[in-house]
Amino acid sequence: MSTDVVLELRGLRTRFGPERGGTVAVDGVSFALRRGRTTALVGESGSGKSVTALSIMGLIEPPGHVVAGEILLDGRDLRRAGAREFEGVRGSRIGMVFQDPLTSLNPVLTFGSQIAETIRAHEPISRAAAEQRAVRLLEHVGVVDAAARAQDYPHHFSGGMRQRALIAAAIACRPDIIIADEPTTALDVTVQATILRLLHDLQQEMHASLLLITHDLGVVAAMADDVLVMYAGRVVERADVDTLFHAPRHPYTRALLGCATGIEDDRRAPLQPIEGMPPDLRHPPPGCRFAPRCRHAVAACDAASPALQPFGAAHEVACHRAAEVLADA
Amino acid sequence: MPDALLSVEGLRKSFPGRGGGLSRRAVRAVADVSFHLRRGETLGLVGESGCGKSTLARLVLHLIAPDGGSVLIDGTPFTGASERQRRKLRRRLQIVFQDALSSLNPRMTVGVNIAEPMRLQGLGTPAERHDAARELLQLVGLRAGDAARYPHEFSGGQCQRIAIARALILHPDIVVFDEAVSALDVSIRSQILRLILDLQQRLGLSYIFISHDLGVVKRVADRIAVMYLGRIVEIGPAEDVVRNPQHPYTRALLRAIPIADPRRMRVQDLGLAAADVASQAPPAAGCAFQPRCTLRLAVCVQEVPPTVQVAPGHTAMCHHVAPGNALASRA
Repeated sequence: MSTDVVLELRGLRTRFGPERGGTVAVDGVSFALRRGRTTALVGESGSGKSVTALSIMGLIEPPGHVVAGEILLDGRDLRRAGAREFEGVRGSRIGMVFQDPLTSLNPVLTFGSQIAETIRAHEPISRAAAEQRAVRLLEHVGVVDAAARAQDYPHHFSGGMRQRALIAAAIACRPDIIIADEPTTALDVTVQATILRLLHDLQQEMHASLLLITHDLGVVAAMADDVLVMYAGRVVERADVDTLFHAPRHPYTRALLGCATGIEDDRRAPLQPIEGMPPDLRHPPPGCRFAPRCRHAVAACDAASPALQPFGAAHEVACHRAAEVLADA
Repeated sequence: MPDALLSVEGLRKSFPGRGGGLSRRAVRAVADVSFHLRRGETLGLVGESGCGKSTLARLVLHLIAPDGGSVLIDGTPFTGASERQRRKLRRRLQIVFQDALSSLNPRMTVGVNIAEPMRLQGLGTPAERHDAARELLQLVGLRAGDAARYPHEFSGGQCQRIAIARALILHPDIVVFDEAVSALDVSIRSQILRLILDLQQRLGLSYIFISHDLGVVKRVADRIAVMYLGRIVEIGPAEDVVRNPQHPYTRALLRAIPIADPRRMRVQDLGLAAADVASQAPPAAGCAFQPRCTLRLAVCVQEVPPTVQVAPGHTAMCHHVAPGNALASRA
């Protein structure tokens, strides 16, 4: 294990409901997050990307449970840590930013006191000192007139400002890892640009590891160093950002790139949707989960589930036909 | 516009502001908007939240009454028409919303949902309506037998197909799509976009396609209109607007869209727009965009900019834009 790995997942499995008849939302996910790098976790709804993040944070609630795997923070398994220790890690070593800042903020607390509370939960400092630090944090994330705005309530703020405040809370204890789950999905595109820039700058400045969860391939291309593509609860491809966009091997990744719409698209070119729908995870297909929608699928794909296999140094693909797909496309 | 199927002239709509007393200031959701739609054409309407694009759609359909201005279909005014005439005109203009599931009645079967506009218009017998619904289900890529099922049994993409079927049952000329693919996953969105384009070809429909996503709009639209705080600030052929944007707002919008290629665009290249629009009330005078504009001049604060033609069919509302004097040459 390389020394700059700060968090490592090994075989994470998270299930909702009973062992029989339940839904395995995350099924054997492994990856490592490195200091100073941004890793994008990309996939469509139901792919398990948010459940992966919530599992890391210990925020899965019954009927959901993390049923297998290791969540190693500096080599220590968080799953074996007591509730108290986990609580200490959450918020101090790992900060999280959610999609909807309004529902993740307490509506009856001012911004300043919410951030101050986060700090006081992890550090023995006075309320006054914590509130002063909250103001500095708000300034740091680009809130103009921070001292006055710290006295405001969440509903006074616009969506972009709320997201800035949430980011301020997430970085309050200078975490090693920032997890951002669709942080700009609810925002307008011009505001998105400023928030992405802020996350990028903070990650660089703190030399933190950023796990960015998104469905937007444009955001992935702009932000990520490394990319993990998830489909139906599993990682199907892992690569550095350039390889993922320019030499992807998994048919799902290739199809996803093919059906993204961009401002530079030629309108005369036909749209190339992925036919069909993702599988119902209560009854996943026996072999490769993408096989029912895959135009490269052969009999072997329905028979056995493919494991991630290396292609070059930092590129892994879970596809029985990965060696042939590039030539075939 | 002589060959226009739909003409919108000077539409205006204000809503009472929030709060009470002196802070209660009317919000101008749509301020003096004019455009036209030709037969078989798609007009893309793009803008950020709060720009008035959904209000504009509702005004065009007469789901809400305008404060001023008019909507004409084939030269017949919608505004001011009798209830009887209006009902007839309404058949020609239909809408598909973002949230398909909540736009369908959960207690009615899919078939009854689709046929509901016919019933409301007093058209056909129950058997005829049922047959029409089954036929439309097949047209939108579902099975005729799905008519007997209920909306909650379908996925988001399928519900959007059902909503499209319902919009088509009265054989409209014009369909308005209001963020109709925005809530869908990328792979499903692409399926629905293909269906929408395919139906246009087969049925000769005209579309107004509203979205906050310029990438999606670019994919479907012949012309693009960019809205900002209640006004169309730029309109023109889709390719022109994207390749040769004139209004500083259009340019900011284009710069802010990440391109799905890490070799070409990283986070540092995303344009930095000024503070988000929702935190600012529109200025009392001058250009609506001037508080965020990097090119602001004295005149921008004082006078509402004129609408200037920059190329055939391409106009922009900006003091910097003069005929044949592209902004690109100065910036």
